[in-house]
Amino acid sequence: MSTATMTPEASNTPSTVGGGTAAVARRPERAVPDPIPFGRILGVELRKMFDTRSGFWLMASIVITSAVATVLTVLLSDRDELTFDSFAASVGSPMSIILPIIGVLAITSEWSQRTSLTTFTLVPSRGRVIGAKLVNVLVIGAVSMLIALGVGAVGNLATAAITGNDAVWDIPAWTFAQIVLANELGMIFGFTLGLLFRSSPAGIVGYFVWALVLPGISEALASAQDWWADNAAWFDVNQTRFLLFDSKLTDTEWVQLAVTSGIWVVLPFLIGLRLVMRSEVK
Amino acid sequence: MITIDSLTKKYGAFTAVDEVTFTAEPGRVTGFLGPNGAGKSTTMRVMVGLTEPTSGHVHVLGRPFGALPNPGREVGVLLDASAQHAGRTGREILTIAARTMGLPKGRVDEMLERVSLTEEEAGRRVRNYSLGMRQRLGIATALLGDPEVLILDEPANGLDPAGIRWMRDLLRGFGDQGGTVLLSSHLLHEIEVIADDIVVIGNGRIVAGGTKEELLASAGTLARAADPAVLSRALEAAGLVTSIADGAVFTDADLTTVGRAAFAAGIALTELRTADGAGLEEMFLELTAESQRDAVTDNKLEGAAA
Repeated sequence: MSTATMTPEASNTPSTVGGGTAAVARRPERAVPDPIPFGRILGVELRKMFDTRSGFWLMASIVITSAVATVLTVLLSDRDELTFDSFAASVGSPMSIILPIIGVLAITSEWSQRTSLTTFTLVPSRGRVIGAKLVNVLVIGAVSMLIALGVGAVGNLATAAITGNDAVWDIPAWTFAQIVLANELGMIFGFTLGLLFRSSPAGIVGYFVWALVLPGISEALASAQDWWADNAAWFDVNQTRFLLFDSKLTDTEWVQLAVTSGIWVVLPFLIGLRLVMRSEVK
Repeated sequence: MITIDSLTKKYGAFTAVDEVTFTAEPGRVTGFLGPNGAGKSTTMRVMVGLTEPTSGHVHVLGRPFGALPNPGREVGVLLDASAQHAGRTGREILTIAARTMGLPKGRVDEMLERVSLTEEEAGRRVRNYSLGMRQRLGIATALLGDPEVLILDEPANGLDPAGIRWMRDLLRGFGDQGGTVLLSSHLLHEIEVIADDIVVIGNGRIVAGGTKEELLASAGTLARAADPAVLSRALEAAGLVTSIADGAVFTDADLTTVGRAAFAAGIALTELRTADGAGLEEMFLELTAESQRDAVTDNKLEGAAA
C-alpha cells in the first residue's frame, strides 16, 4: 500500500512524512500541501477530453475521417491527376469542421455536464484551467494536422503505387504551416465561442455561422458595395484566413490577418475569459 | 474550521444571503438547516469560491478558499452529486480528482471501499447510478484527499435510512478525528440525527444557532404521571407554567426543576424527558410555511381578492 493515510500503523507513528496524516493521531496543524503544478492540470484536462465515449469518438473521428477522405479520394478521383495537394484538400475539409468543434466542447462540456462544479473547487484558479484547456486544444490541433498529413501521404503513395507514376509532393512546409495556422485560428475561435456562450449548441451553431454564413454575407455585401469590396479584408477575418489554405500571403495580407484576428478572435476571447472568470458556477 | 463573517449575496434587488455569520468548529458536525431556497446552497457556493459574495467573507482553515494551494487535500466538497459527466464511470471520476490532487493510485480503491461501491458499480457509467450511489460517489470524492474540512450540500438526499445511518457514523468518525464538517439539509430529522451543532437559516438570514442540546433544551420538558391533571396542578403550584397534551404535561422549566417539583408534591413520574425539540420543529415549520408554494398561492389569492 503506497498511501500513508488511513492505515493503523500510521496512526501509531508520531512522525509524519510528507503530509502523511494518521487516522487517529490527526495533528491539529498539518503541513500545507504543495500547489497544484500546471503540468498536472494539463494532464487531467487532456484525460477529460478522451475519457467519455463522446469525447473519445470525437477524437477518433479525426483519424477516421482523414482515412475515409483519403480512401475516397484514391477510389473516386482521376488517379493520374492526384497530387499531395489533392489529399490535403480532401482531408482538410473534415478537419476544419471537427477541430473547431473540439475547441467549443473543450469549454462547454464543463457547463453542459456541470462538471465545472468539481473542476473549479479542485482548482479554484479558473484561469489555470482555461489555460490548460487552451494549450491542450492547440496541441490536439497540431497533432491532428500531422495525422492528417501522414494519412494524406499514405494516400499519395498508394496512388503512385497504383498508377505507377511518381508521387507528386506539392505541399511545401510553408503551406502546411499556414494550413495549421488557419485551423488553429478556427479552433481558438471555437474555444472563444465556448467561453462566451458556455453552451454546446450555441457554440457550435455560432461557429458555423461565422465560418459558413458570414463569408457569404461579406461576399454579397462586397458585390453590392465598392467600399466593402476594397476594404473587407481589414474586417472580415475569413477572407484572409481562407487565403492561408492555398496562397502565400503578402505582407499586407499578414497585417490584415493580424488585425482581423484581433477583432474576431483575441477581443472576444478576452471578453469570454472575463465572463468565465466572474461568472457564478452552479 | 470554517468562519463565515457577515456574508451577503444579492441578485439585483433580491437578497439570497443576508449578513450570515457563523462558525463551523473542528471536531464538530455542524448542520446547516433551512427550507429549500433559504440560501444554504448559495452560502456554500460562496464558501468554495464558485460564487462571488456581494459583501462579507468566508475563511476555510484561516484562508479564503481560493488561496488554498491544493484545496482537495484540505477541504472535501460535495455540492451536487448529480453534477458529474454522465458518460464517465464512477472510478474515472475519482481518478480524475485523485490526479488533480496528486494522490497515489491506490487511493481511489480505498475510497470506493470506504463508501461501499463495488468494483462492478465503480465501472458503471454515472448515468446508470441511483441518487444514493451518486451521493456515495460524491462523498468518496470529498474524502479522497484526506481533508480536514468537509462541506456537503444535502448529502443525505437519496440515501435510504441505512445510508443515512452510515453517513452519520462516517461524519461522526470524521469529527472525532478533529475534522470540521458542515452539512446542509432541508430535513430537520436528518440534521437531528447527524449534527452536533445546528445553524438554522430562513430567507437568507440566520434565525437560530447553537448546539443541538441547546436548541432542543429550549423546547422544554415533557413529564408524565398517572394523572396528568394532578401533576399539572402540582407544577403550577411550584410556579411553573404548564400545558397538557396527549396525556403529557409540558413546561418550559428544565428537567431538574420539574423532577423536584413532582417529588415535593409526592407524585410518581412515569416519564420525564426533554420535549423532543418540539420548539425547533415549530420554528422550522414556521420557516418552511413561509416558503411553501401553497402558502404563496394563498397569499396571492387573498391579495387578488383584496
